[in-house]
Amino acid sequence: MALALQTFPTVKDANAALQAAGTRYLGGGTLVVRAANEGDVSVSSLVRATEPSLSAIAVSGGKVRLGASVTMAAIARHPELAWLAPTVRAVGGPAIRNMASVGGNLFAPAPYGDFAVALLALDANVATEDSEVPIETFLAGRDASRSIVTSVTFALPRAESFRFLKVSRVKPKGVSVLSIAALLQRIDNGTVTAARIALGCMADRPMRARAAEKALLGCRLTPDEIAPALAVANEGTTPITDPVASAWYRAEVLPVHLGRLLLE
Amino acid sequence: MVKVPVQFTLNGSEKAELIDSGATLLHALRDKIGDTSPKGGCHQGTCGACSVIIDGELRLSCLTLAETCNGAVIRTTAGLAEGGVLHPLQRAFLDAFATQCGFCTPGMIMAAKVLLDRTPNPSREEVVEALSGNICRCTGYEPIIQAVLTAARANSQNVA
Repeated sequence: MALALQTFPTVKDANAALQAAGTRYLGGGTLVVRAANEGDVSVSSLVRATEPSLSAIAVSGGKVRLGASVTMAAIARHPELAWLAPTVRAVGGPAIRNMASVGGNLFAPAPYGDFAVALLALDANVATEDSEVPIETFLAGRDASRSIVTSVTFALPRAESFRFLKVSRVKPKGVSVLSIAALLQRIDNGTVTAARIALGCMADRPMRARAAEKALLGCRLTPDEIAPALAVANEGTTPITDPVASAWYRAEVLPVHLGRLLLE
Repeated sequence: MVKVPVQFTLNGSEKAELIDSGATLLHALRDKIGDTSPKGGCHQGTCGACSVIIDGELRLSCLTLAETCNGAVIRTTAGLAEGGVLHPLQRAFLDAFATQCGFCTPGMIMAAKVLLDRTPNPSREEVVEALSGNICRCTGYEPIIQAVLTAARANSQNVA
């Protein structure tokens, strides 16, 4: 199915065109062109913006800014984001990583969107032309979003504080059974003082494991001390069922893999 | 249907075509230009059969709109042989009996070419990772991996 594509030099102009019914934004194409190829008749035209800032990565002053058009491959190559490389390498195969964008990942339905899980754990902010909101707020309202995402920003985490795990049945590339990202602050004796844990595939979009986060506070990362957190890992989840795994299976294996991530 | 002019370099030749707005690069290559080496498999970005190299990067032509390739340098498997002599990767795929039904082969070769261009002497793990976006439903991955490793060895011997 062929679609009319309009290209604009600025986000402002593309935003105006995006308001027309049946219009979707074209980022890397891995979601919207796929939908069109599958016969999604709700898409009749596409818009895109070529503003250079959309493709820029900036790391300075303890902050990271990723333009919405930045690809997974570009993040993997960036010398100051080496700690994120294993996460973005979990997204698709090499060709997909050359196309899939930061902005598009925020809209990817489960079981996709592994990078958005990482961004949720990193407490990112999502910017559009005229606003900036916490990623959790953005994800909650993403279905109704009609404004082009321009960038995501987050604080550079302390060394060793960020962890990511993607569970899949096919190596090295496979769809997620689930994905888990964690940002853990610890003091010298290893006691957890703050925790953000994000889950993929445990709802239709990335979600926080708040009960597990709370249970981890004051714990050291030992099998005995994390046990209460693992026991409540599924609280609030509504896992998806797809050809890769059932909701039941995902719920069964979440505590196992969360435990492995915390004890690594 | 709105037609848009698109110009790009395909396997060293300048191409200028009027393409339906929103048409994929796969459609443009196969149905407008006649380069049928990229195969239309899943059209979902899953199988890798349509893989081509755009400005040095492996991309899926089924998910790339032709208009976004204006000014790009595109390479497909059809442009690999020079002067009637097969590219070392093509020769290695034939010699290793790595082609099976052949449908996935052009995508596999393009993925392997990007790997060898950047990593002339890859490890087996690097080959597996490079081919991980390309599905072979004849289930013959091992001959394919061996073919890429053989081509890499042949390349390094030629260079030395």
